[in-house]
Amino acid sequence: MSKEFSIRRLRALCKKEMFQIVRDPSSIMIAFILPVILLFMMGYAINLDTSVIRVGILVQDNGSSAQNFVRTLQASPTIDLHPILAQEDLLAEMSNKKLRGAIVIQNDFSTKLLQGNGEGAVQVITDGAEPNTANFVTAYINGIWQSWRMAEKMEKGVVQTTPIDVRIRSWYNPSTISRNFLIPGTIAIVLTVIGAMLTSMVVAREWERGTMEALLATPITKLELLLSKTIPYYILSLVAMFLCLIVAVTIMDVPFRGSLMVLWATSTLFLGCALGLGLFLSTATRSQFNAASITLIAGFLPSMIMGGIVFEIQSMSGALKLITLIIPARYYANSLQTIFQTGSVPSILWTNAMALTLLMVFWLALTAKKTKRTLE
Amino acid sequence: MLLRLRQLIIKELKILLGEKRAIAMLIMPVILQIAVFPFAANMEVRGSAIAIFNEDGGAESIEISQRIAKTSAFTSVINVYNHHDLKDVIDKQKALLAVHFPQDFSRSLLSQSHNNSAQLQIILDGRRSNSGQIAGAYINQIVSGYIADRSPQKSPALLVRNAYNPNLNFKWHILPCLVAIITTVGCLNVTALSVAREKEEGTLDQLLVSPLTPAYIMVGKAVPGIIVAVGQASIIALTAIVVYGVPFTGSFLLLLASMALYGMAISGVGLFISSICSTQQQAFLGTFGFMIPAMMLSGFVAPIENMPRFLQILSKGNPISYFIPTLKGLFLKQFTLMDVLPVMWPMVLIAFVTLSAGMWMFKRDVGG
Amino acid sequence: MSVAIEAQNLTKQFQGQTGQSTIALNGISVVVQHGSITGLVGPDGAGKTTLLRLMAGLLQPTIGNIRVLGMEPFKDGDQLRIDIGYMPQKFGLYEDLSVIENLNLYADLRNVLGTERERLFAQLLAFTDLARFTKRYAGKLSGGMKQKLGLACTLLGTPKILLLDEPGVGVDPISRRELWRMVRELAGGGMTVLWSTSYLDEAELCDSVCLMSQGQIVANDTPSAIKSIMQGRCLHITNIGGNRRNVLMRALQAPEVIDGVIQGANVRLVTSIAGQHPNLASLNAGHASKLVETEPRLEDTFISLLGGAQYAESALAATIPDVVLPSSVDPNSVIEARQLTKKFGDFTATDCVSFSVKKGEIFGLLGPNGAGKSTTFKMKCGLLKPTSGQALVMGIDLKKSPSEARQRLGYMAQKFSLYGQLSVKNNLIFFSGIYGLTGDRQKNKIQQMIDVFALGPFLDMYSGQLPLGIKQRLALACAMMHNPELLFLDEPTSGVDPIARREFWSHINGLANKGVTIMVTTHFMDEAEYCDRIALVYRGRLIALGTPDDLKKSVISNDNPNPTMEDAFIKLVKGADDE
Repeated sequence: MSKEFSIRRLRALCKKEMFQIVRDPSSIMIAFILPVILLFMMGYAINLDTSVIRVGILVQDNGSSAQNFVRTLQASPTIDLHPILAQEDLLAEMSNKKLRGAIVIQNDFSTKLLQGNGEGAVQVITDGAEPNTANFVTAYINGIWQSWRMAEKMEKGVVQTTPIDVRIRSWYNPSTISRNFLIPGTIAIVLTVIGAMLTSMVVAREWERGTMEALLATPITKLELLLSKTIPYYILSLVAMFLCLIVAVTIMDVPFRGSLMVLWATSTLFLGCALGLGLFLSTATRSQFNAASITLIAGFLPSMIMGGIVFEIQSMSGALKLITLIIPARYYANSLQTIFQTGSVPSILWTNAMALTLLMVFWLALTAKKTKRTLE
Repeated sequence: MLLRLRQLIIKELKILLGEKRAIAMLIMPVILQIAVFPFAANMEVRGSAIAIFNEDGGAESIEISQRIAKTSAFTSVINVYNHHDLKDVIDKQKALLAVHFPQDFSRSLLSQSHNNSAQLQIILDGRRSNSGQIAGAYINQIVSGYIADRSPQKSPALLVRNAYNPNLNFKWHILPCLVAIITTVGCLNVTALSVAREKEEGTLDQLLVSPLTPAYIMVGKAVPGIIVAVGQASIIALTAIVVYGVPFTGSFLLLLASMALYGMAISGVGLFISSICSTQQQAFLGTFGFMIPAMMLSGFVAPIENMPRFLQILSKGNPISYFIPTLKGLFLKQFTLMDVLPVMWPMVLIAFVTLSAGMWMFKRDVGG
Repeated sequence: MSVAIEAQNLTKQFQGQTGQSTIALNGISVVVQHGSITGLVGPDGAGKTTLLRLMAGLLQPTIGNIRVLGMEPFKDGDQLRIDIGYMPQKFGLYEDLSVIENLNLYADLRNVLGTERERLFAQLLAFTDLARFTKRYAGKLSGGMKQKLGLACTLLGTPKILLLDEPGVGVDPISRRELWRMVRELAGGGMTVLWSTSYLDEAELCDSVCLMSQGQIVANDTPSAIKSIMQGRCLHITNIGGNRRNVLMRALQAPEVIDGVIQGANVRLVTSIAGQHPNLASLNAGHASKLVETEPRLEDTFISLLGGAQYAESALAATIPDVVLPSSVDPNSVIEARQLTKKFGDFTATDCVSFSVKKGEIFGLLGPNGAGKSTTFKMKCGLLKPTSGQALVMGIDLKKSPSEARQRLGYMAQKFSLYGQLSVKNNLIFFSGIYGLTGDRQKNKIQQMIDVFALGPFLDMYSGQLPLGIKQRLALACAMMHNPELLFLDEPTSGVDPIARREFWSHINGLANKGVTIMVTTHFMDEAEYCDRIALVYRGRLIALGTPDDLKKSVISNDNPNPTMEDAFIKLVKGADDE
C-alpha cells in the first residue's frame, strides 16, 4: 500500500519544510535579505554608463584659441577638469588626483592649428590600467575636439567636408541605463542562490543531522521525498523573485513590459534546473559545507560571469561560448531581459524555454537517479 | 610562548596542506578561475553580428558598410530591407545593433551644404546596451575615419597616448583584479570556516583550556590565512606574467609585502565573521554576505567613481578597493614604496580594526 | 508464526574510499522470536547498527539473507516499512519543529489518522510526560526528553517490529528507566523489539540478549542463562582497610582474577574458575576485609567471553612523578568552587554551588541531562565565566590568571576533541607543543605516550578514522602530555565498551595514586562507583555530596535495603523534585 503516492504524506513533509524555512534565520537571510542587497549592489554599484570622468588639463599655450578650447572643455558635462601644473610628473599627478586621463595643450597649439589644420595640437593621455574608461576618455575628448574645430571653421566660413551626423538610439532603454538590463540578470543570480545553494544546504543538513535516516525508515516514497524538497523551495524562490520584481519596478524604476504569466512560466523552468542542481549536489555530497562550496563554484560563479549578465557572451572565445550553452542562467537572464525591457518576443522566449526544459530534465533525472530509497 | 604559537601555525598548515584533497580544494578553484575569467570577463566587443539597413544604396553608404564589415568586432553582417525586418532583427537579438542609412544619405553627403548634413542612425538593443554602446563607439570611429579619408585636407586628429597599457589590452586590467578577487575567496574560507569548524568539533574548547590565550589562538588562525593569501596571490600573479604576458614593472618584494598586508586585513574580516558565528553554515553565509558587496564595490566590474556617493563612502572601508590599485600600480605603473604607501595605508587601519574587533568578540564569547 | 526475524549467514561488507573493504557483519545467524524484547549488546564497531539497518531495509546484505516478517527487507521495503519502526542512533527529530509538530509529521508519514491518532497522542504524551511541552521546539528539550520524543515518534502507527539503536546513549539514568518503561508497556501488545545498547545493566532487563563482538555473535540466550555460567565466580572484598585502588591493583595481578572494578568502598572481582578465590592476605586489604560471593552480572559474562580485562598497573601513571604541590596550595582544596553561579538571561544554570576537592581525589559530578552539570564543569576548567562566585584551581582564580592555571590542568572531553584531519602523530606533536614541550623532551614524551598507549600501529592514520577505543587513548595521551596536576574529564568513556572502560579507569586510578586530582562527569553509574566523592547537581543546585556509599546509604528504605548507585541517583533527584 505504501507504494502508492500519498498526498497527505507529501503535504505533511511540505508543511514541515515550510516551518523550517520560516524559523531558520539563515534561510530568511538567503531568500529575502541577500537578494535585496544583491539587487542594490548590481543596480547602483555596477554603473557601466560612465557619466562624468575626472580629467586633468595642462595648458602651455596662452593664445586665445587655446583658451577658447579650454572653455569648451569646461562647459562639457561629461568631463570634470582639474588643472595640472607641469609636464614632467604628469603621470604622477594623474595618479595622485585619481584622474583617468589628461589633456595637454602644447605651446605650439596655435601654430599647429594654423599650419597643420590642428594635427597633433592636442595630446591626450589616458590611464590604460582602466581600459574601459580610457576608451571613454578618448571618445569624449575627441567628440569635443571635433565639434570645437567644426564650430571654429564655420565661424570663419570654411567648410571642407559635410559631417555625418551619427545618431545613436537605444531601443527599449533610450537613456541607456545599465541598471535596466543588469537587474533582470540579477534576478537570475538570486534564483540560482536560493534554488541551488539554499536547497543543497537544507538537504545536506538532513543527512548531517540524521533526520534523513529516520525519514527513510518511514513509508514515504522517493517521489514524495523529492517533491517535498522541491515544492517549498520553489514557492520560496517565486516569492523572492516577486519581491525582487517589486523592488526593481517600484524603487529602482526598472521598466517591466512583459507578462507576469510568461515570467512565471520561464522562472518555473529555470527553478527546475536550479533546484535539480542543488538537490543533486546535496545528495551526492551529503555535507552542507561541500554542497555549498560546490554550488558556489559550479552554480553561482558561472552564472555571474558567463551567464551574459555583466559580460557579453558573443564576445567570448569559442570554447567558452560552448560552455555557456549548459549554463541555465544564460537562457533565463536573456528571457528576463526580454520580458522586462522588450515585452514579448516569442522566438527568443521559446528558444530559451526549450533550452531550459532540456537542462531541467537533465538535472532532475540525474537527481532522481542519485536519490536512493536506502542508505546503500 | 612563541614556540607554542609556532606549533599552532604548523598544525593549521598541516590541516590545510596535509591531504591531497585539501590542497586540491585550495588550488583547483584558483586554476579554474584563472583559466576562465580572463576570457569571460571582457568588456570588448568581438565577433558580433550587425544589421545594416541601407535605404540609400549610394557608393558612400556602401563604402562605410564595407568598412564596418571588415572589423573584428563584427564578423557577420545581416542586410535588412525594411523597418519591419529591422525591428525583427533587433527584437530577436539576431544582431547586437543596427546601422540605418536613410534614403538621402549619399545625396546629403555630396551636397556640400552644411544645412543639410547626412544622417546615420545606430540602433542599439536596450537589453544589451552596454556592449551596444561600445560597439556604437566603434562605428563612430569608422565613420570619423571615413570622413577624414574623404576630406582633401587631413582632419585634425588627437595625439592619444594610453599610458601603462598602450593597446588598452583588457587582460592587463582583469588579471591584477583577479589576483585580489580570488585571493579574497580563498583567505576568507580558510579563516572564517576554520574557527567555526573547531567550534562545531569541540577542538576549540581543547585549545581554550590550554595555556594559549585567545590572542595567541587568533594569531595562530590569522597567520595561515595570510600564508594562503600570499600563496594564492603569487600563483595568480605569476600566471598573469608568464602565461598572459601582463607586464610587471614594480618590485616583487613590494608585491609580497602588500599581499601579506592584504592577507592580514582579510584574515581579520574572516576571524571577525567566525567569532560571531557558531556553525559552519552561518560562517559560510557571513562570508558570502561580505564577499558579494566587497567584490562589487571594489572597482573590478565598474569604476568606483561611477557609483552613488553613499556607495563610494562605503567602498572606503573595503580592503579590496585599496588592493586592486596597488596591484595595478605594481604591475603596470612602476610603483615604488613611496607610491604604494599612500594607497595602502588605509588597509593597515582596516586590518587593525577587523583583527581587534574579532579579538574582542572572541574574548567576550569565551570569557578568556 | 513465532519467528519475527531470521538471519542466515548474514555478511555485510563496506567498500572504503581508498578501495579497502571492511567487514561489518561476518556471517551471523540469528532468530528473533515474535513479541520478545531482544537486547543487542556489544562494543563500538561490533556491527549492531549495521544489523539494525539491514533489518530496516536500509542496507543490502553482501552475502546471506535476512527475513523480517517473512519478507526480504531490502527488496520488499515498500510493504515492510509500515510494519517497522526504526529509531536511528541520532534520531532525526527536527529541532526547529515543536513537539506536537514532530508528532504530527510522523503520524502523517505513518498513516496514523483520526481518532486513532488522538488516542495514540494522548497515550504517548502521557507516557513521555511531554504533554506540558507540546509547543516547545524539539531543539530546546533536554537530551532525555529528546530521546523520549524520538521513541514516541517511532512508536506511532504501532509497528510490529521496533528497532532501537542505542536510545540510551548520553541519557541520564532516570530518562533511561523511563524509556525502558515506555517500551515495556507499549510493546506489551506483541511488538517485537530489538534494543541495541552499550549499557549492560539495561540489557539484563531484556527477554533475550545477543552479545556481539567484531561482527559476530558471541552469545545469544536469555540474560539469566548467559549470567549463569558466571555463578560462583563473582566476589566482593568488603571492609577494606587502606587504599581500595591499591587493593584492586594487587587483585588484578592475581592469576585467578580476570576482571575487577571498584564499587564504592568495596572491590568487585571476577575469577576465571568458580570457587577459586584469590589469597586475601596477599591483597593486603586490611584485617577486617572479607571475600563475599555475589550475584553475577551480564557484564561479567561479556568480559569473560572477550578474554578478561586485567589492567592492573597503569603504564601511564608509571611515567609521571608524584605530584608535589607548591607550598602555597592547600592540599585539601586543590579545586574549589565558591558560591559558583552562572546565569543565561533569566535562566540560572548553576546556582551557588560550593565544594572543594582534595589532592589525589577522584571527584564525580553527576546529574540528569540539562541539570547544570556541564555548566559547572565548564566554569571549573575555565571555558565559561561565572556570573558570580569564584572558580579556583590550585588557589588561582581562573578569571584572573587563566594561562598560569591552565598550564597545570589536563582536559579530555566526551567528543574526543582532537583534530580528525591530523594524523595520530601530528596530534601528539601539536598538543605537546602547545603545552611548551620542545626538543628532546618533546620527543621523549611522545615516544613514552606511544609506548604506554600502544599507539605505534596507528601513528600515520588520521585520528578521525580511528576506532573509538583508540581515539579515547589518544585523547588521554594528549591531555597528559604536560604531566598536569589536575585532570578534567567530561563523559570520558561515553559509547566505549566495558573493556576499554576498565583500561581507562586503570590509568585514572594510577594517576590518582600519584596525587593527580581528577574531576569527572559521567552518566555511567559504574563509573560513579570509582569516585571518591560525588556531587549530585540538579536544577543548578548541589543536592547531594558524599562518597558513593554515603549516597547509597542515604536512600536505604524497607522496600530497598540494598540500593544501587542508580537507585540512589533516581531517589535523590526525585526527592529534590518533591521539595
